[in-house]
Amino acid sequence: MMGNPVEKITGAVSIRGVGRVYADSAGNPMEALRDVHLDIAPGSFVSFIGPSGCGKTTLMRLIAGLDETASGEITLDGKVIDGTHYERGYVFQQANLFPWMSIRQNIAAGLKARKVYRDCRDKPDEYLRMVGLEDFGRMYPHQVSGGMAQRASLARALINEPKVLMLDEPLGALDAFTRMNLQDELLRLWQLRGTTMILVTHDVDEAIYLSDRIIVMSARPGSIKEIVDIDMEHPRDRSAPEFIRLRSRILEMLHFAGTSRSLEYYL
Amino acid sequence: MSLAGGKLNGSKLTTQAAASKATRGRSVLHQGLLTTLPVLSFGLALALSLTLPGQQEVVLLPYRLLLLALTIVFALRIPAARFSSARWRKAQQDSPFYIAAGLLVALWDLLTTKLNVLPLPFVPGPAQIAGVMVEDAETLLLSTLYSLRLLVIGFLIGSFCGIVLGVLIGWYRKWRYWLFPFIKFMGVVPATALIPIAMILVPSSFYAGVLLIVIAVCFPVAFMTSNGIEGVQNTYFEAARTLGADERYLIFKVAIPGAMPAIFSGIYTATGISFATLVVSEMIGARAGLGWYINWAKGWSNYAKVYASIIIMAITFSIVMAVIFRIRDRVLKWQKGLVK
Ligand SMILES: Nc1ncnc2c1ncn2[C@@H]1O[C@H](COP(=O)(O)OP(=O)(O)OP(=O)(O)O)[C@@H](O)[C@H]1O
Ligand SMILES: [Mg+2]
Repeated sequence: MMGNPVEKITGAVSIRGVGRVYADSAGNPMEALRDVHLDIAPGSFVSFIGPSGCGKTTLMRLIAGLDETASGEITLDGKVIDGTHYERGYVFQQANLFPWMSIRQNIAAGLKARKVYRDCRDKPDEYLRMVGLEDFGRMYPHQVSGGMAQRASLARALINEPKVLMLDEPLGALDAFTRMNLQDELLRLWQLRGTTMILVTHDVDEAIYLSDRIIVMSARPGSIKEIVDIDMEHPRDRSAPEFIRLRSRILEMLHFAGTSRSLEYYL
Repeated sequence: MSLAGGKLNGSKLTTQAAASKATRGRSVLHQGLLTTLPVLSFGLALALSLTLPGQQEVVLLPYRLLLLALTIVFALRIPAARFSSARWRKAQQDSPFYIAAGLLVALWDLLTTKLNVLPLPFVPGPAQIAGVMVEDAETLLLSTLYSLRLLVIGFLIGSFCGIVLGVLIGWYRKWRYWLFPFIKFMGVVPATALIPIAMILVPSSFYAGVLLIVIAVCFPVAFMTSNGIEGVQNTYFEAARTLGADERYLIFKVAIPGAMPAIFSGIYTATGISFATLVVSEMIGARAGLGWYINWAKGWSNYAKVYASIIIMAITFSIVMAVIFRIRDRVLKWQKGLVK
């Protein structure tokens, strides 16, 4: 009913009292995150939304192991996260494909990095097909469109079959049409694979359309302000009354989340 | 396919359009004349050489054969280029240059071989140079091969050392701390300044030459490689790490490929330096090679031989350069601006 037929027992992320302090430009400590607590159910789709600078990317990087917590800890299936691991995939805002590799080589990169490519030479083709890029495998990243690059980057992250996939505004740079297409694609891949998805977005509609839960954050210090559970059937109708109700509720929360930016930022 | 193809063809189309705009205005007669004129200008040079009495004692046959060959080549080019419009356009574009070249050779021949106006032996005529090339072909060929062997061996070892050193310096902080100042320091010293030291350290003049070229190539390549590795965006390393990359992968599949454009610009710089080092070291220490040949010819005041070897040097080094560019275009085919 939640659109996730696969019974998942792995991919539970637990964030316990996590804080992260950076030095600001004057060298003073600045709390990018303070005391964040959250349990993310295995196989669920969670979205983070909040004003710019509230620490969403910081949190994603901490889960990915690209950065270290100042306090608290994050676990995946009970194991404390320490450094990067292919179990925790990451899709960056800019597709961030390796420009010196063809699209297919990019997608195969994870297998080669883990030295398992020899055992599954057909897998990259399978994943190329999965994201509809079967005719573009030999092209280089600068030769494909932004949407295709982002698809490739999704396939590149998924080929390792991660338990959790962090998506930091993966569709932010795309036009509205491509964006909606890729939202459906994401949904399909999630339902197919049952990977725990953690999405950062500025687009309230996108968050409602995709997620089981939306985490609304506030800035200075970055912390969780509200959690909204969404219990609608997939595929969701963007014009359904409940959808519209949720949208205005979340927009209101964001408005009160105390931002330097205006409400239009989210629309 | 269509996307990128369209984009690339687009820019090509505009240049082609501009080119065809320039040629379209001309009548077929005009076009035909333009492509025929190089034949006439080289033909004129040949006619001058054949008809006018000479005032210098030189072997004329090689020069005449060369002009005859060029005339025939330009004549055959006309029907050959007729088959493709791109080649036809190119033939027209190149025409004025070849016309001028033919006339210049004719004038040069006139002022030297025919009228003896220019001072000998410092300014020999084209006929004399062509004659010397044929007469001394064996020595010149051996000298060229000797120089090429020295260059290629030194260049390969030097580039390899440079890349290895550059990667170590660019990747490991410790190596950078201890060796980067040394590289910067050695980088400003022309390798030719080390000739006396190299000749003492290495008794064989060949290996002394190799050593000098290795040094000349190694430092610029190492410098640019380490710079290139420093310049690789951190996000690529992060992406690789989230994909499960170990350090080996990060170095060989991310850092080095990402630094390739910089590595090639280092190699390009090093190529020029290596030519200079090669010639100077051969002039000073060696008993073979084109540098030695120039010096030897100068000793006999045979300036025709000096010019002949300079011409051969220019051709050889251009070929080496072209090969390096070919390799670069192959390796960097993923780069945006380089795709043809
Ligand atoms: N490496 C860093 N050094 C210093 N400060 C940093 C660093 N990374 C992030 N910050 C600061 O931490 C805060 C949170 O940054 P973060 O990138 O996590 O925000 P965000 O919620 O992702 O914002 P956006 O929506 O604009 O992407 C910001 O004030 C930012 O300036
Ligand atoms: Mg961010």
